Amino acid sequence: MDTIDIKKNLTLPRRSLLKGMAAAGTVLAAPGIIGRAVAQSGDVIKLGAPFHRTGIGAAYGRWYERTALAAVKLINEQGGINGLPVELIIEDDGTDPKRGVEAVEKFSAEHKVDAIFGHLFSHVSAASAPRAGELKMPYFLCSEAHSLAAGAFNRYVFQPSISDVKSQVSSMAPWITDNLGKKVTMIYPDYAFGYDHRDNLTAAIKAQGGEIVGDIAIPPTETSYTRYLPRIPFNTEVIYHVLVGPGVLTFVKELGEHLGSQRPEIFGFIDSLEAVSFDIPQLAYLDGTHFWEAMPRYAQPNQTSFDKLYREKVGVDANGASVDDAKSVATFSHMFSVWETLFAMKKAMEMADYKGPKQKIAMLEAMESITGFEESNEFPQGRKIFNGKMHQSFAQQNISKVVDGKLKVVHTVSPEDTLYPDEADYTKMSF
Amino acid sequence: MSIHNKKLFLLCLATLAGLFVLQFLLSDYLVLAFTRILILAVFAMGYNVLMGYTGLVSLGHAMFFGAGVYGAGLSSYYLGVSLPVAFLAGILAAIALSFLIGLLALRTQTVSFMIVTLMFSQAAFLLILYFSEFTGGDQGLTLPTSARSFSLFGLEVDMTSDVARYNLALTVFGVVLLGLFAFTQGPVGRLLIAVRENEDRTRMLGFDTYAIKLLAFTVSGGISGVAGALYGLMFGYIGSAFAEFKISIEALLFTLVGGPGTLLGPLVGTGLMTLLIDRLSGLTTAYLIVIGALLVAVTLWFPTGILGTLRDRWLPWLK
Repeated sequence: MDTIDIKKNLTLPRRSLLKGMAAAGTVLAAPGIIGRAVAQSGDVIKLGAPFHRTGIGAAYGRWYERTALAAVKLINEQGGINGLPVELIIEDDGTDPKRGVEAVEKFSAEHKVDAIFGHLFSHVSAASAPRAGELKMPYFLCSEAHSLAAGAFNRYVFQPSISDVKSQVSSMAPWITDNLGKKVTMIYPDYAFGYDHRDNLTAAIKAQGGEIVGDIAIPPTETSYTRYLPRIPFNTEVIYHVLVGPGVLTFVKELGEHLGSQRPEIFGFIDSLEAVSFDIPQLAYLDGTHFWEAMPRYAQPNQTSFDKLYREKVGVDANGASVDDAKSVATFSHMFSVWETLFAMKKAMEMADYKGPKQKIAMLEAMESITGFEESNEFPQGRKIFNGKMHQSFAQQNISKVVDGKLKVVHTVSPEDTLYPDEADYTKMSF
Repeated sequence: MSIHNKKLFLLCLATLAGLFVLQFLLSDYLVLAFTRILILAVFAMGYNVLMGYTGLVSLGHAMFFGAGVYGAGLSSYYLGVSLPVAFLAGILAAIALSFLIGLLALRTQTVSFMIVTLMFSQAAFLLILYFSEFTGGDQGLTLPTSARSFSLFGLEVDMTSDVARYNLALTVFGVVLLGLFAFTQGPVGRLLIAVRENEDRTRMLGFDTYAIKLLAFTVSGGISGVAGALYGLMFGYIGSAFAEFKISIEALLFTLVGGPGTLLGPLVGTGLMTLLIDRLSGLTTAYLIVIGALLVAVTLWFPTGILGTLRDRWLPWLK
């Protein structure tokens, strides 16, 4: 029969099979041999970067990688750290908690890096941070998770650049109630990221004398939003939305169809539209609405020389898109954290005269002693207050308005106004 | 007590001895990697009881892995029980869930069975998200420092120690391997294979095939729960990602590559696939394409997996 003939033809000879298996085994075992042969030389500072190259965070990962490469290039051009060149080793974590932990272990045990940085998605960092602590590996987050500031992690974990969600939301609320309205309807994803926004916004709006009149949680599997929109109360003055993923464009279109021209004010988090161009027809309805931005995507009239240099080095134009491809929009409001985190690590290493793992504790203590960062080429997003007890930075926040398909900054919150009472003291933990 | 299939028994013992020695030969990273591989191999071995020996392809085993993760993790997180107790809680949760789901899902067959198990698994995943205030949802929960060590029969075990972790994983793997040897290579194993090969004939011979399948389903789910509980406690983190659909697919792939219906196949498949993904992901972001191509090749040239092919051609006792 034909099928049997085909099977025979496709069957590998036994010798080839054994050879193939032996070769594969050698390749897979290679790191075990190499791992022992190449000891840490101490003449280079190795930094491990577990980026979201694939998975749901891939758009962020691509730009995080690009930003990190640019920052490391600049650091090395400036003479490295304490005279040692910086080597960047990148691994894909698949935006997956399980693989995130694997990457941390690989950096620690195989690459023997000096520190790890660059995790963004909170479920990946929640799984990886405890393991980093156990491996006594300095671990720098470029995330917005509140878990670190809330005391859920350990002494090896820092977030020296981007603010956490609690700080962002609570510092936005006074402007929202003063300028847009006091009766707010929240629309958010029905999982932890959304709950962070729900809980913090509810508390912050109430503190301002406002009221949450609508609370609409949308399940992550949803692709159409029409059945949720009638739940927006008629007395809503502000719609607060923070949705992520490809459904956002559908959401905006259906929101426009539902509300028409008589819409309330709309305030959103740029997380929804990172890496998405604003001047597309599907988003026309957002013209005149407001967004939170950590760092303004569009170069503003008062653009600093720091912002200019940062864009130039990373290869981003004045519209927040790649200089090579105007359609490739950056995750501009988050990726600066990679740049700044690298320079924060550099600063701590210089303070501790870091040459290798022997000065690791001194470097971590130096990091804890830092009280802030001035706006500079190293910190182009702006001035920061660093809380060494909570291991968390507090940075300025921007509120931008969509005008003619671009975001124009209309208000900036100072770092002092983003603070909240200490929730943790990692300095009391042992190393 | 007579031992059926002595050659396989000796191979199992040799494998365990080899795995024990491995920790002294491999680099630090590979010891860590093999710790994970051993735990995931337990999961695949559990899956293999159902898919390989009984011939039932489930697409929902993530829920049993997840039951182990959450049963153990939540009892440790909220009740503060010691790790051995939490571990048992995880296993019991998985056994109870698999028995209940088995009662319902086994009323269906073939494609319907796959879809029903998938639906139950998705429902379990969404329940974890729905009760996120309790489960931590997608963000998960980090287990407290107090849950990183335990004392058993006077023996202090530190879960942050690489040596302790590897040997703990190896011990659990060894117990499951030898347990499954007894389960699959004796009369019960022959009944499972009888159901796989011809269920109608088995029923005609007077056996209650529904009960046999329910036993296989429960054992399979329970062992998946063993792996889940160990994974959650070993890494000190529980999250909904461990109950996602792709976890079910991983068990299926590991078993397919290693050899369904062979006792050691899941270990080979898990080891090969895990190391391959680990190596390739460092070289290219398109590693899943390479994995996909490899799976197509395995399906074409080794439809019974690596150990299955060896069994069919040269080593008939390898089952």
